Amino acid sequence: MEHISTPKVENVKLLDRYASRKAASGTLYLTATHLIYVDASAEVRKETWILHHHISSVEKLPLTTAGYPLLIHCKNFHVAHFVIGQERDCHDVFTSLLKLSQPVKPEELYAFSYNPKMSKESREMGWKLIDLKLDYQRMGIPNDSWEITDINKDYEVCSTYPPEIVVPRAATKAVVMGSSRFRSRGRIPVLSYFYKENNAALCRCSQPLAGFSARCLEDEQMLQAIREANPGCPFMYVVDTRPKLNAMANRAAGKGYENEDNYENIRFKFIGIENIHVMRSSLQKLLEVCEMKSPSMSDFLTGLENSGWLRHIKAVMDASVFLAKAVREERASVLVHCSDGWDRTAQVCSLASLLLDPFYRTFKGFMVLIEKEWIAMGHKFSHRCGHLDGDPKEVSPVFTQFVECVWQLMQQFPCSFEFSERFLLEIHDHVYSCQFGNFLGTCHKEREELRIFEKTHSLWPFLLQRKQELRNPLYRGFAAYKELQPNTLPFSFQFWCGMYNRFDKGMHPKQCVLDQLLSCLGHKVTLEDNASELENKLPILDGPLPSQGCTSPKAGAAAAKAPTPPQDCAEGAAPVLSNGPSLGHQKHKESPAQPRDLRASREDGQAQHQG
Amino acid sequence: MEFAELIKTPRADNVVLHRPFHLAVEGTLCLTGHHLIFSSRRKDNTEELWLLHSNIDSIEKRFVGSLGTIVIRCKDLRIIQLDIPGMEECLNIASSIEALSTLDSVTLMYPFFYRPMFEVLEDGWSSFLLEQEFELLSSVTNEWRLSCVNKEFSVCPSYPPLVIVPKSVDDEALRKVALFRQGSRFPVLSYYHKKNGMAMMRSSQPLTGTNGRRCKEDEKLVNATLRSGRRGFVIDTRPLTVAQQARAKGGGFEQEVHYPQWRRIHKYIERFNILQESFIKLVEACNDQSHNMDRWLSKLEASNWLTHIKELLTAACLAAQCIDREGASVLVHGSEGTDSTLQVTSLAQIILDPRCRTIRGFEALVVREWLQAGHPFQQRCAQSAYSNSKQKWEAPVFLLFLECVWQIHRQFPCSFEFNEHFLILLFEHAYASQFGTFLGNNESERAKLKLPQKTMSLWSWVNRPEELSRFQNPLYEANSLVIWPSVAPQSLQLWEGVFLRWNRTSRFLEEAEEERINIIKYNKELQAKVNALRRQLAELETDGQVQEDGP
Repeated sequence: MEHISTPKVENVKLLDRYASRKAASGTLYLTATHLIYVDASAEVRKETWILHHHISSVEKLPLTTAGYPLLIHCKNFHVAHFVIGQERDCHDVFTSLLKLSQPVKPEELYAFSYNPKMSKESREMGWKLIDLKLDYQRMGIPNDSWEITDINKDYEVCSTYPPEIVVPRAATKAVVMGSSRFRSRGRIPVLSYFYKENNAALCRCSQPLAGFSARCLEDEQMLQAIREANPGCPFMYVVDTRPKLNAMANRAAGKGYENEDNYENIRFKFIGIENIHVMRSSLQKLLEVCEMKSPSMSDFLTGLENSGWLRHIKAVMDASVFLAKAVREERASVLVHCSDGWDRTAQVCSLASLLLDPFYRTFKGFMVLIEKEWIAMGHKFSHRCGHLDGDPKEVSPVFTQFVECVWQLMQQFPCSFEFSERFLLEIHDHVYSCQFGNFLGTCHKEREELRIFEKTHSLWPFLLQRKQELRNPLYRGFAAYKELQPNTLPFSFQFWCGMYNRFDKGMHPKQCVLDQLLSCLGHKVTLEDNASELENKLPILDGPLPSQGCTSPKAGAAAAKAPTPPQDCAEGAAPVLSNGPSLGHQKHKESPAQPRDLRASREDGQAQHQG
Repeated sequence: MEFAELIKTPRADNVVLHRPFHLAVEGTLCLTGHHLIFSSRRKDNTEELWLLHSNIDSIEKRFVGSLGTIVIRCKDLRIIQLDIPGMEECLNIASSIEALSTLDSVTLMYPFFYRPMFEVLEDGWSSFLLEQEFELLSSVTNEWRLSCVNKEFSVCPSYPPLVIVPKSVDDEALRKVALFRQGSRFPVLSYYHKKNGMAMMRSSQPLTGTNGRRCKEDEKLVNATLRSGRRGFVIDTRPLTVAQQARAKGGGFEQEVHYPQWRRIHKYIERFNILQESFIKLVEACNDQSHNMDRWLSKLEASNWLTHIKELLTAACLAAQCIDREGASVLVHGSEGTDSTLQVTSLAQIILDPRCRTIRGFEALVVREWLQAGHPFQQRCAQSAYSNSKQKWEAPVFLLFLECVWQIHRQFPCSFEFNEHFLILLFEHAYASQFGTFLGNNESERAKLKLPQKTMSLWSWVNRPEELSRFQNPLYEANSLVIWPSVAPQSLQLWEGVFLRWNRTSRFLEEAEEERINIIKYNKELQAKVNALRRQLAELETDGQVQEDGP
């Protein structure tokens, strides 16, 4: 590749923050996509792979006795500290990485060259794995009050919305078009989630172009239509997720927020979540705390507090809890916006849905949720993640915060998610990796122009294939918990070491309960196979005995013990992909689906043994 | 009964009980000599709450008209509120509770009245004898001996009658050494590291004073633990300045000139009221639900509790490192040798010795390194975080130790035979209990109180199979290795099981625990079944062969 002048550098040291005495020594390679470091000093070949797209900064530090240090920070919070012997080499690697980590043109992104050797059909199937229409169907939409319309097929309503949107049936084309002229970037109120138990709807949009006095009849009719679509409640909430001051400042620029006098029966409310710039600098401060060399407890806690990070996480969670409560308990529809309605609004709408609906806590559901509230609704992944060389002020950890909120929920509700922390980290990695097409560009229109559906792969089928390792062994199934009502007192939020110090293995528990339980579940399948095999053998050997129950039906049991929950919802898994161990294994008839059934079978086993 | 005069109103009806995360319930309140009993008999469920008076840390009464309210704060950190109709009843009850929860005579405490409802399978008072410990030690080394120099507690009042000391030092020398150490706490064996024969000793500070007094026997005693040509480490749990100041009051530290083979390391661990204040601040922060995030983090930081945890773990790691990595013997002491010294020696053993991570082994550790070693439980645990009386000798020393064990447990979740509940149980019983185990400040006091004859041991109860099963860690797999915890701030967490226990609902976490147990139990049973089938198959095969070969 043109950017790589020195593809291989030998005698490079990789410093470890904690065991600084034993720096690894090895060879550094640059490929078109990765920086690869091979540790020659280790007994076992140890490789460190860093994707160029993951690199957020490369720094040359002042010369030390050991050589020329090169400090690499990654977007997945990996920090690698190399020391290179020759200045020339160090400089070459430095300049190459600068170029490689900041591609200028979208075509340079990894997704366009990534080739997992998959047939065209499978690739296309992969893109069809998540079908948002099916999710709306699941919610009961279309129904009497809501319809799915292709009014935006030519992006006339809004260039950053998908072609199909869900709006109240009562809203005519004129209302939709009128409202779109009154909303920042035409991002009109559309349905995010419909709570079919009580017809309350969660809707999202951008700020109105209200200025100090402007109003728009169609926009008022739009809100009225949303409110009236939920006859059970005489009012609706309009929630502005910005701090009030920010919203007021926007009025001077001809934007702003809804005037309660102009809209019938709305309850307007501010829930202050800070903007992307505050969040960016908060994360920066948090990472500085995480990287401190042997901090005292006080340094750490003070740093954590000063970063404001957990305060922001709590703010996002508080807002989401408010939305979920309004919908569930007050049976009220809610319209949410911030400024453009693609950052804070995406966070709180997706989290509120996750709180309300257990489907979104399954593998499939979580993918749907991200596709629906983030990708389709135009969260500007490309800008927020800095995929391309661009404005650094556009970069912000909005999606990271969403992922962390989900993790915080997992801490409070360990049995309510089908997937484990690893699934979240995997998704987080790929949001930045640009290896798959899902998160490229800023909106649906742009992804069409980039032809990502033709030229790249979708991430989801690849993750579904790895369900076994990404699942949560404690998951109690779809029906175990309906709504989640998290505790949002400050002490309920923990620092997420597994994310921000993820690559500092020394800080993590030395024994992993998750691994232990996963291996138990894996072992369980083998044991059950063993048990049934042995039981099949017994009567054969034991000639004189009549063949007892052992020949009785076995086929049904296989389904009963499948570890995956029965609710993969309407969408079937992509047929090209198997999710887990090969099916068709004949299971022992007694294979219990639930541990509590076991006692019987064990006693049975003992009885046979005694007999 | 003596308590009758303290109870003017033994019973009140229509009392309303408020607890966090529970609906308020109406019922009857009864006071007995040792318990506050609240019972409600509603159609759907009857509920009873039994609270030991000795578990009550503080009470507060308020009145609105004739309705009185008593807020009871317990030593296990729980807070309950009772609404009692009738001003007089309420006042009577409040004053009774106050009196009954602050009895000054130990022999009036509940353990002297408690009659167990279970069959004693093994008397806990004789479950952990130093003789047994010494027998184990003798099987690997003959460098030590069991000394009964402290029979009748005549040499050191806070030591047990039996101690393990180097074989080469006789009782006469021990008596002399005792005069050279504060409170006569001469160096004794705390732990012997089988892997390399290194020893950890503990003592109190040497009484060198300002004129640099020395004691040849003391030097001989500590040097007896060294291999020829090897150095040892003295871990002094005070900062150098404090150790130096101690000389003015007759105390001091081992000076290089007299202990040339020893390197002294000062690893400061906080003491007494600093810890108690920290404890109070932390509990206050956890109970205040009006905090925003910044306030909470800043209060958590200001409490310094986690700082103490980090320092303590660091000191324990240091001691363990000296023994295991440096191959050196270690002597640990602070001033009295009854608090920070024991925290360090016992935690170092958790790190080094897999036996201490079993239930039985951990109990033995608590008995050996805390009870027999003379940690003054009665003084330290007289009050907990809600008490107004701030006595100098109250301090959550033992709780800090338990929390450090919990922190290590969290990092090595499969290396401990016991679970978190076991640690919480010990915390509770150290502060208030029906058992006599944690009464008294040392073995001498326990002997005088005749605790083994007159009270039941906690171990008698907890070591029964039906109780033990609640405290077992399903993930446990014996791990014979030394376990080195991380002391990075990111690796340490607030012990929610103790500090947030009453402030949030634990249902979802309990369900997770249940799930973990089920997964593992199911696998074990499955494995047992497969094994049984295999055996059965093998038997049939051999039978078959016998039949074929036989005739």
